[in-house]
Amino acid sequence: MTTTGIIKGIIANLVLIEPNGPVRQNEICYLSTGAENEKLIAEVIKISGNTVFAQVFDSTRGIQCGTEVVFSGSMLEVYLGPGLLSKNYDGLQNDLDKLEGLFLQRGKQAYPLNDTQLWQFEPLAQPGAILSAGDWLGKVPEHGLQHIIMVPFNWHQRLTLQWVAPPGHYTIQETIAILTDHNGKEHPLNMVRKWPVKLPMRAYRQKLRPQKLLETGIRIMDTLHPMLEGGTGFIPGPFGCGKTVLQQSIAKQADADVVVVAACGERANELVDIFAEFPELVDPRTGNKLIERTVIIGNTSNMPVSAREASVYTAMTICEYYRNMGLRVLLLADSTSRWAQALREMSNRLEDLPGPDAYPVDLPAVIANFYARAGMVELNNGKTGSITFIGTVSPAGGNFKEPVTEATKKATRCFYALSQRRADSKRYPAIDPIESYSKYTEYPEFAASMAHIAGNRWLQQVQQLKNYLLKGKEAADQINILGDDGVSIDFHLHFWRAELIDFVLLQQDAFDTVDQLTPLNRQQFMTGLCLYICNQSFMFDNFVETRSFFKKIINALRQMNYTQFKSDAFNSYANEVNQLINLHLALQNN
Amino acid sequence: MKLKPFQKRITKIENITKATCTLLANEIGYEELALVDGRLAQVVKIKGPEITLQVFAGAEGISNYAEVVFLGQAPSLVVGEKLAGRFLDAYGRPVDGGPNIEGSETETGSTSVNPVRRRRPNIPIFTGIAGIDLNNTLVAGQKIPFFADPDQPYNEVMATVALRANADKIILGGMGLTHDDYLFFKEEFRRAGALNKIIAFINTSENPPVERLLIPDSALTAAEYFAVNHKENVLVLLTDMTLYADALAIVANRMDQIPSKDSMPGSLYSDLARIYEKAVQFKDGGSITIIAVTTLSQGDITHAIPDNTGYITEGQLFLRKDPETGKVIIDPFRSLSRLKQLVIGKKTRQDHPQVMNAAIRLYADAAEARTKMENGFDLTDYDLRTLQFARAYNQQLLSIDVNLPMEAILDTVWQLFGQFFHKEEVSVKDELVNLYWKD
Repeated sequence: MTTTGIIKGIIANLVLIEPNGPVRQNEICYLSTGAENEKLIAEVIKISGNTVFAQVFDSTRGIQCGTEVVFSGSMLEVYLGPGLLSKNYDGLQNDLDKLEGLFLQRGKQAYPLNDTQLWQFEPLAQPGAILSAGDWLGKVPEHGLQHIIMVPFNWHQRLTLQWVAPPGHYTIQETIAILTDHNGKEHPLNMVRKWPVKLPMRAYRQKLRPQKLLETGIRIMDTLHPMLEGGTGFIPGPFGCGKTVLQQSIAKQADADVVVVAACGERANELVDIFAEFPELVDPRTGNKLIERTVIIGNTSNMPVSAREASVYTAMTICEYYRNMGLRVLLLADSTSRWAQALREMSNRLEDLPGPDAYPVDLPAVIANFYARAGMVELNNGKTGSITFIGTVSPAGGNFKEPVTEATKKATRCFYALSQRRADSKRYPAIDPIESYSKYTEYPEFAASMAHIAGNRWLQQVQQLKNYLLKGKEAADQINILGDDGVSIDFHLHFWRAELIDFVLLQQDAFDTVDQLTPLNRQQFMTGLCLYICNQSFMFDNFVETRSFFKKIINALRQMNYTQFKSDAFNSYANEVNQLINLHLALQNN
Repeated sequence: MKLKPFQKRITKIENITKATCTLLANEIGYEELALVDGRLAQVVKIKGPEITLQVFAGAEGISNYAEVVFLGQAPSLVVGEKLAGRFLDAYGRPVDGGPNIEGSETETGSTSVNPVRRRRPNIPIFTGIAGIDLNNTLVAGQKIPFFADPDQPYNEVMATVALRANADKIILGGMGLTHDDYLFFKEEFRRAGALNKIIAFINTSENPPVERLLIPDSALTAAEYFAVNHKENVLVLLTDMTLYADALAIVANRMDQIPSKDSMPGSLYSDLARIYEKAVQFKDGGSITIIAVTTLSQGDITHAIPDNTGYITEGQLFLRKDPETGKVIIDPFRSLSRLKQLVIGKKTRQDHPQVMNAAIRLYADAAEARTKMENGFDLTDYDLRTLQFARAYNQQLLSIDVNLPMEAILDTVWQLFGQFFHKEEVSVKDELVNLYWKD
């Protein structure tokens, strides 16, 4: 028998319900508003005596005490199956394109998949095979990817594949396999799976350490602070420092098979940017349109707050599903602070005792658990799949000493600190090269993998860059304190070497069609060139001469960044650089 | 608010605070309106039979035996073409002595636009103020506040922007506006001959603070009517959002909510986002652009109100007085228009993005040179040139009294480049230098 209940209280989107039977924590229930086809979804977040507290994923306007509630018996689940790619969902996986009208209507749902579309199925397992959760049954092509149909992820026993459909076209609702359990009971399967978003999807053999670079084409990341496949990282920064532009660049350029963008409590116009651009842009690596590898989960800041929390979990679950197909998945969440704020609003209404800044006390644990769902795994069949997760954090007042930033820093391995100073002087991306870090550079697995891709000397070269940057910063501090004339010419030389690396390698124009994406080989070339210049023992008579020399050389190098790699224009600027160097060396040696 | 038959009446109030009262009643809807002793109130909490009402005009003088009438509906506004040219109070009642508005009654605080039904904003709004058009180009469908200290002329600049913006309707939402500023807006709009496209919802500092909470919803409901039904380009001016947030804090405090940063309610981000996110460019033409004012306390943008606002809006405009020229300028460092990338170099001349960035870089060099000078260090020839450039840049471009068309703005920048710098110091793409450099 299903449990029902009666509403006893309403405080914003929190409702108090008196149930007439058993209720589970995080169970989903439905509120009937009286209007036709209008059912509000709510999630149980606390049970206290005979009162159930539920957060409504919608506006509670007009709801009265005495309204009936029906409990569903299950937690918040998403539908998983072919057809997820290129879809635009809200935080509860409603297909936004299917919802009618200019405005979102309360209590309206839209099924996320398409039950009538035909998919070209090909079996991967043979009848008689012994299978368990997550094992591969067959595949269908989805936008150039092999979408694997798997054994349901919550089946704990081993089953025998009795029948699998022959190659052909099927809808997602048609039976494509029949499995029998040890009691001989038959379990027919179609292509749709369901999974409760709050629980991590496992069904893999083991978790591995990340080792391979995730190329993003963003020089300061790939060269200086690399993100790895299956890695975790976060981007904190005050508003106006380019968090969103940086995230969108990563979404466009990262070398991943599937990209899930979770717009969590952010601006709707930023989503519209993606809607407008991704169907046009071509993934340079596959030749497909970017939208074909992307799933968008959009819970913008004006959508119901409680659904914001659900949206990040929805996104992560979709990532886990594609990861189990042996794919490299990238999850971008903007911004995890909004999600934490949603938790804070709820905890406040529940009258929980508050932690720091009125956030719930268990916030660090919630954040750590969530980031732990990313990673590189070895699947049952020995193949690997990965979820790389990069979240943004919007610290209040731009101050990194606040609960969300601190908790996230403990839970992640890469830290891309956006600096107000860099943003103010339009040095984009405003990632602070010295404060930021990637813990992965210490991994021996990563060193081995990079040596294989970029040669043995690469990581040494990167270290040299970092040393020059550090020396440059120290020199800049000294010059600021003592004045241009108060320090020796060496300080100016240190300062300008760091400026050269900053202007040529670290700064990158996300809106220039050439400069926005720098493949690794080009990054290596430019790094080599910059180090070659920095390693010269230049001599100058005074600091004015130092500056004007470096300004000229930086200008020519930046022109190289704006031209096609190794094109005539590129080569002629490279020649200009060489001439400037040789001319100066010749003069100083006379 | 007219009384209708069969409305629920209660004559006993259990609990009264400055802004709320609590009473026992059944079958009351959440967010439903009521009249408490004739004053408009709204349900903010239901716990069993206990109903908590927020009284917009404040609870001063209300008796615990006052009559409470539930109206059975959420806040609404009568919208229609006749709204144009009218001045209304927070409840949508005329304050200009004119007749009542005719039209259809529409619930305020509607749900959000489905993001897939939006169009990417791409129509620039030119204001003639070079500090905006050059460095912080506005786009229809954008939401952007002025961050300003109380002594700065933000309302004047906002009125100028509104009148030059070429909008079909200008909707003014005044929250805690001084009566003087209210009269200023009225006079400016009248002088510009724009009264017929103005709709004003006014809560002055003489009115109760909690009434302000109704202003943005009313203003934006009217905006949605003109943008959706008439496909018009609507510009909404909201001043001052800091006073709006203060009113939110008052209500949260009365309801015993645990305050978060700066005594603001924990839901401040969502509360502000709900308003600002109404800015939209619809696919078939209509648009809502929001220009707001957030007053700061001594330029502190880390306070919860400007901080949350900055994370919601698509940039912010800073006013600053330049001590050297004595002019109020649009601060190029701290101001930002996030949507400018959608139009600059596309809807404006191709050199716009690079020219803009180069000028700001040089302006930053000038700021460093000034620091050096103030610390008593010798200045180089380059330092001196950047300082001269900054002075001219302030005077000829950043000052808020500039009124130039876009092309003239770009030409002026090139002229300043040529006047003070060598080509390689400017660091602009060669192909653009070859086209536009002026010696």
